[in-house]
Amino acid sequence: MEKVLGVIDYGLGNLRSVSKALEVLGVKVILSSDVRRLSEVRGLILPGVGAFKRGMENLEKLGLKDFLRQSLNRGIPFLGICLGFQLLFTESEEGGRVKGLEVLKGRVVRFSKGIKIPHMGWNQVEFKKDNNLFKEIPDKSFFYFVHSYYVEPEDKDIVISTTDYGGEFVSAINKDNLWAVQFHPEKSSELGLKLLKNFISIC
Amino acid sequence: MLAKRIIPCLDVKEGRVVKGINFLNLRDAGSPVEQAKAYAKEGADELVFLDITASFEARKTIIEVVRETCEEVFIPFTVGGGIKDLEDIRALLRAGADKVSINTSAVENPEFIKMASQEFGSQCIVVAIDAKLTEDCRWEVYAYGGRKPTGIDVLGWAEEVQALGGGEILLTSMDRDGTKQGYDLELTRRVSQRVNIPVIASGGAGNLEHLYQAFTQGLASAVLAASIFHYGEYSLREAKKYLKEKGIPVRIYPTPSESHRCKPADEGEKYPEG
Repeated sequence: MEKVLGVIDYGLGNLRSVSKALEVLGVKVILSSDVRRLSEVRGLILPGVGAFKRGMENLEKLGLKDFLRQSLNRGIPFLGICLGFQLLFTESEEGGRVKGLEVLKGRVVRFSKGIKIPHMGWNQVEFKKDNNLFKEIPDKSFFYFVHSYYVEPEDKDIVISTTDYGGEFVSAINKDNLWAVQFHPEKSSELGLKLLKNFISIC
Repeated sequence: MLAKRIIPCLDVKEGRVVKGINFLNLRDAGSPVEQAKAYAKEGADELVFLDITASFEARKTIIEVVRETCEEVFIPFTVGGGIKDLEDIRALLRAGADKVSINTSAVENPEFIKMASQEFGSQCIVVAIDAKLTEDCRWEVYAYGGRKPTGIDVLGWAEEVQALGGGEILLTSMDRDGTKQGYDLELTRRVSQRVNIPVIASGGAGNLEHLYQAFTQGLASAVLAASIFHYGEYSLREAKKYLKEKGIPVRIYPTPSESHRCKPADEGEKYPEG
């Protein structure tokens, strides 16, 4: 049977690309901010590029904050992308101190001075653990990044990959049925699609 | 390590490519989507569509190009040309563009950069600067497709662009554009050193050495190239190989050893952009 995945539309970022990439891989996509429609899916994707504060405001306004927490508690397969990764954590220093979804403990901090910001372009993802998300993807493959802040998780056990940009930062995490990546698989050509395919297989 | 980017640029007029590559096996060489797919397959890191549609009525055609490209090409792409207000940007981003490039409208109203970056995020606001060397050896900003001198100093403007929230600078040397004599390395280096956002070098690439110089001497984060690839003098693959051999970090995929490992388990399945 055709799998149905939900892409959460909270008004930020290039949502069309994520949806189209998933459709190319053969799943049906519900791109929506409607909690009822998003409740009937096999897996959820929280994409997004842009400001942390605006992201949280929009999630709250649309009533998605509680829905996301509940879904994650229920253990539905979940993939956060870029801002959708950062929003899972306790707080961000972007725009003062802004509280996140607090699903995971940790902070979102800005890259230090002396390097070009945003971190923009293709960088290597170094695997720290074997993970189903990386199945059949070679270690140190290039993925597309665009961000000025990165996540510092308290629990280092959840880190499944790091990337080097003026020092190592966490580029992907996994805890139970929750995955999140700092890069954009939907913009990372073949290997990005492979990663999304791996996520679909998990769902 | 962050790879240096190579970004082919396609000129699009009324929804058709007017300056693009002569890929021999393209069914329709005038189709932006076909060209974009071919470039992505060759290993382009990003793409730029420059919309040179003159008539106002035909301007919607670029939106359709973006919508179609987004369905089949999974690398980032930027759209530039004729963007005047926030609604233009919103329409392009909603259609699936990753970034927009603004030029004249930013020069005329610098606050536009600020409004755009606050609304959509710095990461998707590229500011294009057309620079021309003056007699007293400064660089001056030109607007209206290089037709109108503005009296504005390029280095100061670059700094202002960053302060206003521009996420990237697409820097074109008008003196070098079309000459194939190489990028203006001095200009590129000066701007790269002045700002903390990525700078894309543009104008003048004639051979692969020029690309190399833009990174090593010009300190560019990326290079934009059109004719060097369009007319088949060099392929993107060759360019990447050349740069890698000279020690520049570039993304090469798939390498022969990797390609068999990355095939999906179920044979015969195909990814859209190869």
